[in-house]
Amino acid sequence: MENVGVCDEFVNLKATELRLGLPGTEDEKQKVSCGKSNKRALPETEKDIESTGKTETASPPKAQIVGWPPVRSYRKNSIQTKKNEAEGQGMYVKVSMDGAPYLRKIDLTMYKQYPELMKSLENMFKFSVGEYFEREGYKGSDFVPTYEDKDGDWMLVGDVPWEMFVSSCKRLRIMKGSEAKGLGCGV
Amino acid sequence: MSEDDEDQSPATDLRSRNKSRNCISSSSSQTFPDHVLENVLENVLQFLDSRCDRNAASLVCKLWWKVEGLTRSEVFIGNCYALSPARLTQRFKRVRSLLLKGKPRFADFNLMPADWGANFAPWVSTMAKAYPWLEKVDLKRMFVTDDDLALLAESFPGFKELILVCCEGFGTSGIAVVANKCRKLKVLDLIESDVTDDEVDWVSCFPEDVTCLESLAFDCVEAPINFKALEGLVGRSPLLRKLRLNRFVSLEEVHRLLLLGAPQLTSLGTGSFSRGDQSQQEPPDYVAAFRACKSVVCLSGFRELMPEYLPAILPVCANLTSLNFSYANISPDMFKPIIHNCHKLQIFWALDSICDEGLQAVAATCKELRELRIFPFDPREDTEGPVSELGLQAISEGCRKLESLLYFCQHMTNAALIAMSHNCPELTVFRLCIMGRLRPDHVTGKAMDEGFGAIVKNCKKLTRLAVSGLLTDQAFRYMGEYGKLIRTLSVAFAGDSDMALRHVLEGCPRLQKLEIRDSPFGDVALRSGMHRYYNMRFVWMSACRLTMGCCKDVARAMPNLVVEVIGSDDDDVNRDYVETLYMYRSLDGPRKDAPQFVTIL
Repeated sequence: MENVGVCDEFVNLKATELRLGLPGTEDEKQKVSCGKSNKRALPETEKDIESTGKTETASPPKAQIVGWPPVRSYRKNSIQTKKNEAEGQGMYVKVSMDGAPYLRKIDLTMYKQYPELMKSLENMFKFSVGEYFEREGYKGSDFVPTYEDKDGDWMLVGDVPWEMFVSSCKRLRIMKGSEAKGLGCGV
Repeated sequence: MSEDDEDQSPATDLRSRNKSRNCISSSSSQTFPDHVLENVLENVLQFLDSRCDRNAASLVCKLWWKVEGLTRSEVFIGNCYALSPARLTQRFKRVRSLLLKGKPRFADFNLMPADWGANFAPWVSTMAKAYPWLEKVDLKRMFVTDDDLALLAESFPGFKELILVCCEGFGTSGIAVVANKCRKLKVLDLIESDVTDDEVDWVSCFPEDVTCLESLAFDCVEAPINFKALEGLVGRSPLLRKLRLNRFVSLEEVHRLLLLGAPQLTSLGTGSFSRGDQSQQEPPDYVAAFRACKSVVCLSGFRELMPEYLPAILPVCANLTSLNFSYANISPDMFKPIIHNCHKLQIFWALDSICDEGLQAVAATCKELRELRIFPFDPREDTEGPVSELGLQAISEGCRKLESLLYFCQHMTNAALIAMSHNCPELTVFRLCIMGRLRPDHVTGKAMDEGFGAIVKNCKKLTRLAVSGLLTDQAFRYMGEYGKLIRTLSVAFAGDSDMALRHVLEGCPRLQKLEIRDSPFGDVALRSGMHRYYNMRFVWMSACRLTMGCCKDVARAMPNLVVEVIGSDDDDVNRDYVETLYMYRSLDGPRKDAPQFVTIL
């Protein structure tokens, strides 16, 4: 109903507008349709339409209407990745290290593979991470790099393909000492 | 007379029974002159290429209808549900090439649930038996499975061309089978299709000896490829003219491919256009590689552009007739030195990141421009638009031969459209998308009626129109009055009342494809078009004001029209309200493969 309201609003403006049309050409029949006319809009959108229709003040960006603007999703997705890079948004995640007084932040998009990331972390926190084995994890060091994934689980860095890691990593934690043993060596 | 094949509506069948004076009515046995006439006709009709001409010829009399059916080798089917595969094979006996279109275009924008239909399977299985000599299949918006591709590869030994545009349902394993089994394959073009990564090395599946490949396009395949195998393939494909790589091919790899086959290539899709190997070593001489591309006239790709390498393409710019930058975020400063050399450019696609400034540069240099498409880098409604009426105005003044325009922007003025309507009389396609819904002319505050009105009035060759911005019924009055050649019309968030749609349905005699969303058109409007629906390919109306009752009436009154009502998830809320109406003429009645969310009235 709210969306119908938008059209009505503009039509009412028209009623008072001076136009050069022939008399009687403005067909004001507003056949009210039953039900919402834009079921596909996300709930927030409908409120936004009303507010932006009335004022010109900056409002938060409208939630997206399905399929508008009409750009194919393939194109949208291809450009979206580019946009993140262009805006320098990067993928900043917090990095904590057990025993360190404060956290750091790194941009995961700056790296192309795990070795680069490891080197950078090692430099940042002045430690050494040991060698990665598929089955046993990291050997040769008290430090174990872990990350929290989308599901909230703490995972060992290096198990999944790099792209998958970047897209699921929410934060990093370099575990140390006895706690690390649980993940580091073969259980 | 429609342009489509499936024109055998009941009315025309009656007409074709009237025999012309030249036809001797044959009873049980064919008389000698009849047989000769058939032969003569066959030999003459085989030269007819255009399907318009063929459709006309088939209406002369029953003999001509029969002979035309025997000699038509290229069949175009604009809507796969307009007829059954059996009807195709019954009427046309010697088909070598099929162009088949499936889903309506608005399906591209998620306005329809997946699994709606448009399955290629029944077509390929029917043709496998009827047309063993089939050479070419060109599909658009069809659902194609790996099994379909396997059947195709096995059933047609002389198969030469596979073109899949905006298709889905298959993966790299299906492609692998085609590559491997179609030994005469000349063209394998995957364009804007959704190809699943089955982790199959399809490039290695091409046969090991010299291939017939002339065109290989896989820029839409989102999967890494075996580059060594690709190199080998290019090396043993002496006829290769068109090569469009995906974003998993780096600049260094493109360089190596160009060393192999640059001089023959006429069309190149450059892949990622970024360096794969970031190590310190000296980058190869890209400029030299492009300088070797003496025949390249069409350039695309740039999927992950590293702008510092863009000048490498300068050697080919002067020859380019087609340039696609629409996946590259290029700033005006990077863009201007490049476009400055492209004097022969006829087709240009880009992102709006080139800004009005970039468009002005295009207007200054590309005097031969026929087609321009500007896509939004940031496809949302409330962002700052880098292109506006300024860019459009510049283009209209500089590119007088413009025929086709697709332009996304945030703001527009009537004045710019009026100017374009006067400056570019050759326009046949005009698609303007003002991304903010219901936006008026941002200078005058008026609706965009006069601008679009000028376009339909002054561009006398206009066949395709897409409108946007704030539009009242007046705009549609103009369309009905002047849009006499319009075949395709796209409307979104426009109009005030049913009258708007009535103007169009009553005034546009050539209208074939009508797609409308989120506009206040209801039952009265729908009923007003009943005299036209048999002459149209389809009508799409979503989020309008249609009721179920009216749609049922239309379905009842027009038995050869398939009226689909496509629901959404929470259907019980309002049974009488029609979320999406998709209707089309059909010779073979409603389809049997409709999913649950589709109700055929």
